[in-house]
Parts: sequence; structure tokens; C-alpha cells
Amino acid sequence: MPIDFQITLNGEPYAVNGDARLIGLIEGLKLKRGRVAVEINREIVPKAQWSSVTLAPGDIVEIVNFVGGG
Amino acid sequence: MKDDTFELAGKRYKSRLIVGTGKYRDFAETRAAIEESGAEIVTVAVRRVNITDPNKENLLDYIDPKKWQILPNTAGCYTVEDAVRTCRLAREAGVGDLVKLEVIGDQATLFPDVPATLEAARILVKDGFKVLPYITDDPVACLRLAEIGCAAVMPLAAPIGSGMGIRNPFNLRIILEQAKVPVIVDAGVGTASDAAEAMELGCDGLLINSAIASAKDPIAMARAMRLAVEAGRLAYGAGRIEQKLYATASSPLSGLIR
Repeated sequence: MPIDFQITLNGEPYAVNGDARLIGLIEGLKLKRGRVAVEINREIVPKAQWSSVTLAPGDIVEIVNFVGGG
Repeated sequence: MKDDTFELAGKRYKSRLIVGTGKYRDFAETRAAIEESGAEIVTVAVRRVNITDPNKENLLDYIDPKKWQILPNTAGCYTVEDAVRTCRLAREAGVGDLVKLEVIGDQATLFPDVPATLEAARILVKDGFKVLPYITDDPVACLRLAEIGCAAVMPLAAPIGSGMGIRNPFNLRIILEQAKVPVIVDAGVGTASDAAEAMELGCDGLLINSAIASAKDPIAMARAMRLAVEAGRLAYGAGRIEQKLYATASSPLSGLIR
């Protein structure tokens, strides 16, 4: 069965297709590995697990980085 | 005052000025101001990545975490849960375990929610974080935070971004007298004289963002703040003269021509 489902990514609906692995999502977004942190359904996913964790329909994913602030 | 380095959370720094990275026109200006300030620790905020434009430049492309100690904050957090969650995400993003804890209690003043800050600090210290809490200039709250195991306390001088300067030097003096951890004034500084005043009181460090970033010339203000922090610290160490109501002549009273 082809992979095609919706997740919520940073508060917006997002379509996952072809690759359900978390690493696929991060690489697809061209994010720099050392600069971001990821939560799935409020659980932090350590970098070492990005390749083994797969996304499921309806997952709530947060990807954060650092921005200017005091 | 020969070896006047600043020790914070087990690390030594030459500069006692910590600067923020918010409100600058662009990243180039952010970096130039930080360079000019001489700061070795810079605060950053944790926010969702820009999904629609992932090629957008990143703050850390300009502020190399190998060169500067990155201090993530929990700005915008109003609950213990959000603050703790933000710190854990920041640590996971790979800049270490030093965090600036803010749990805001009121949108208009951005004053901290003191009980929530204490609770979040307890959780974070237990979780291995080196916690630098933003707090009101309340000596008892500062004592409690130190007891919990915070690496420093960071009382505000005036509301964040207000530029009102040191509104209650007397409370700061009490906090300093009682402190068993470094005291870093965080928020409220408007200009160089405020920075010098905080350092003359004996504060260990100073955290400034708006006063530099929102100045007409942020680079020049960054330099002014660096010099003011150094001057204030030197004056503190040198020991100021007593304030007296009446004059004391500087020139000899004898040998005058008649």
C-alpha cells in the first residue's frame, strides 16, 4: 500500500507520502540536523532515533530551532 | 581585582555581559553587535522551524555555537509545562544544558510568575539543567531559587524592554548581600549608565537585549554597554568614596598665598 497520510506539522496539516520515516520528513524539509529538535505527540525523539522512527496518520509533530530572542 | 573572571555554571568567562539576539534588523547586524559587545554568552529563543521556507537563513549560521555559549530561553512560556518542554527541546537541539528560565505571569508587564518559576526550576535542576531563572527583584524568591540549585539568579531591574533602568537598587543590594550564587541583572537596562550602575552595585553580570538591539545604532550601543559593564565592575572593585552632604577640599589647605 502506498504511503499517503496526513500529520500535523508545526500546527499545520501536512501530507506524508512515499516515505513515512521521520528522517525522510526532516531531510525533505532540508533541515540542518544539528540545529533542530523534534517532538512527536509531545515526546522528544532523540536524533539517534530519527532513522528508526516512523510517522503515523494523525501524528502531531513539532520541529523547533533557535531564533533571535532575549 | 587581578583575575576578575566571571564563573557561571562551572565555566569561566572574561565578559560579564550577556546579550540577547532578538529585535535586530538582520542576522549580520546581530552578529556585528554581539562581536562589539564582547559577550561570550548569547540568549536565543526556541520556535517552530519555518516549514514553508526551509532555505531561510538560520541564526546559528551567524552565531557559531563553538564560539559563543548559546543560552536558550523560555520566553513566551506562561506555564511550568511549556517552560520545561521548551528547555528539553533546546537541549535536544544540541547546545548544552544551560537555560534561561522564564515563566511569565502577566502579558502587560512580562513579570515572572514566581511560584511557577520555582516549580519549573525544581523540575529542570532535577533533570540536569543548569538553570538561570529570570525573576522579580524579590530577595526571598532569589533565596529559594538558589536553594533549589539554580546556577545563578537573574532579577529584573525593570520590565523587559522598558529601558527604565535600575528601579529598585535597594532590593538588588539585599539580593546581592544574601546571594550564594551569581546575580545577573536581566531586563530593564536602557542605556550605558544603567549598566554601570548595576555593576557598581556588585552584580556579577548583566543580560541586555532591547537596549542594544533597539538603539538607533546598535553596534555603537553594544560597545557602550561593554565599556559600561567593564567600568562599573572596575568601580565596584575599586571601592567608591562615601557620599557626604558637604564639601571636602581636594587641594591643600596650607601654603595659600596671602
